[in-house]
Amino acid sequence: MGTRALQKKMDQILYREQHGLLKSSNKSRALRKILANKLAIIGLVLFVAITILCVFAPLFTPYQPNSIDLRNRLAPPTFGHLLGTDQIGRDIWTRILFGGRISIFVGLGSALGAALIGVSLGTYAGYRGGLLDATVMKISEIMMSFPQIILVSILVTIVGQNLWNLMYIFILTGWSSMYRMARSQMLSIREQEYIQALRAFGISKAIIAFKHMLPNAIGPIFVNITLSTAMFILQEAALSFLGLGVPLDQPTWGNILNVAQDLTILRESWWVWLPVGVAITVFVLAINFIGDGLRDAADPTLIG
Amino acid sequence: MEKNKDILVRISNLRTYFPVKKGVFRRTVGQVKAVDGVDLEIIRGETLGVVGESGCGKTTLGKSIIQLCKPTSGKVLYAFPDGEKDLAAMNDKALDVARKRLQIVFQDPYSSLNPAFTIFGSFSDPLKKFGIKSRTDREAAVGRLLEAVNLPKDYMTRYPNEFSGGQRQRIGIARALSVDPELIVCDEAVSALDVSIRAQVLKLFKELQAERGLTYLFITHDLSVVEYISDRIAVMYLGKVVELAETQELFRNTVHPYTKALLSAIPIADLAQKKKRIPLQGDVPSPVNPPAGCPFHPRCTYCQPICRTEVPKLTAYPTGGTAEHHVACHFALDFLGGTR
Repeated sequence: MGTRALQKKMDQILYREQHGLLKSSNKSRALRKILANKLAIIGLVLFVAITILCVFAPLFTPYQPNSIDLRNRLAPPTFGHLLGTDQIGRDIWTRILFGGRISIFVGLGSALGAALIGVSLGTYAGYRGGLLDATVMKISEIMMSFPQIILVSILVTIVGQNLWNLMYIFILTGWSSMYRMARSQMLSIREQEYIQALRAFGISKAIIAFKHMLPNAIGPIFVNITLSTAMFILQEAALSFLGLGVPLDQPTWGNILNVAQDLTILRESWWVWLPVGVAITVFVLAINFIGDGLRDAADPTLIG
Repeated sequence: MEKNKDILVRISNLRTYFPVKKGVFRRTVGQVKAVDGVDLEIIRGETLGVVGESGCGKTTLGKSIIQLCKPTSGKVLYAFPDGEKDLAAMNDKALDVARKRLQIVFQDPYSSLNPAFTIFGSFSDPLKKFGIKSRTDREAAVGRLLEAVNLPKDYMTRYPNEFSGGQRQRIGIARALSVDPELIVCDEAVSALDVSIRAQVLKLFKELQAERGLTYLFITHDLSVVEYISDRIAVMYLGKVVELAETQELFRNTVHPYTKALLSAIPIADLAQKKKRIPLQGDVPSPVNPPAGCPFHPRCTYCQPICRTEVPKLTAYPTGGTAEHHVACHFALDFLGGTR
């Protein structure tokens, strides 16, 4: 959708708002703006579709993700096995659906967890400044300078390989970039005169930071959450590929891709790795479209 | 000045310095002396204009009075109903009482309203804080405030980007009025507006003052604005007040060489009237390293040896009328007597 067409729609929304044709305009303005954005809607539809397929996986497949069928190894797609089977005869379609559950959970969960920690610290410390900000900043610098893969292997060695540990590590290493972004937003918003006006009223620091400043920084934060979700999904895939991520007995998109290490499979059995690659790509794209839509909807200057 | 004047704010020896930090360890290597020893009295119900060049500390003075900047030293004595109290010595909690009485209107109408909130949203938290709990009451209050600044009350559901600069500035004024303050610091409040809108907003300021008995500290660099709105004018230079007098007196009987130079820069729309301009040499010295003696001496055409060593005090001189004329110049008497 062209920028001009989008702007025209925004203008129409503004017109209707100004002429009182819409009720309770302060509630649903962001919603109307995102509904006017076609790409975001496509992204949302894909996201919801994939999520539903994964969450209600047993309804869409007769197989279990880990049931082995040695007579049907590396079978190409048929009606029985929609996307064929892998090298020990497990149904790929089933594995993609069940794998999506974990991949999406890890990606979204880690991104939201990292955002929760990073953004709340960044918002408050960025507004307060001083010692608190300097301390958190130094901690985040230490986190960022530490190679993630080493942290993962240390933790895996100490506490064992498991889904939750992977998420903890993603959150632990991911919050610092969220923190820095939220903080830098706050630093520029803090000097705005409306914030000084609130200070002149003696409004408490937490209310100023979270209620009045955060909404103005939320656009880049949404984009960052979506990008991180995509990044964590890819990281999960990469770590699973190395055998450091989710244990191999649990299907994830990364674990399914794992077998593509084998050159013969890569060359001759496209159904093993292509569908799951497409699933990852489509899902990540859908999330990015949603992120862009949210950013535009949250940007109050984009209208009018 | 009248004998029994009702002083609202008494500022004594106010200093606000900002540290200059350098290097890896952020050591403090110097201080910007934004406000450097100001003594000033603001009388209840008056408009006190503060003029000066950019960087002379007038905005910092305003912010130090309403405690948006913590002053480094000095007192800001505010006349509460139960006696004078020093705002500079109060903690945040004690200041809450004062914040109902002191408000500020900002320069930039575009950054003074939160773009993510409707007008009602921007007003809501201050009103809630000062005791209006129910939403319908707050809506009614915002409606009244908008009407007080001549805007329709249904504007409260709109976002700031739907307004013009003049409308935004009036909304900013309405916000300052929301707690029913006594003193409003107007920090370049009309400088960003174009001339016709400026006249409207100035008129609004005057009307509101008449209706509500407001006191203004009107900070501006625009001399024609300050002449129009002020009862008294304080001229600042490098963090110090150099001249303070009633508007008429200051414009008729200018004493300080700096004020003279400033006033000579006002354009006059009358070709027949010839005017001698007094151009100033050089720049304003850095407030990090203000010159010794009189801060104005490096640029002053009348500079004498004493000006380089001794800081002139702001001294009151009697005028013909009831008012006093305060000047910080060693040769004020000579200027007053017209010998120079």
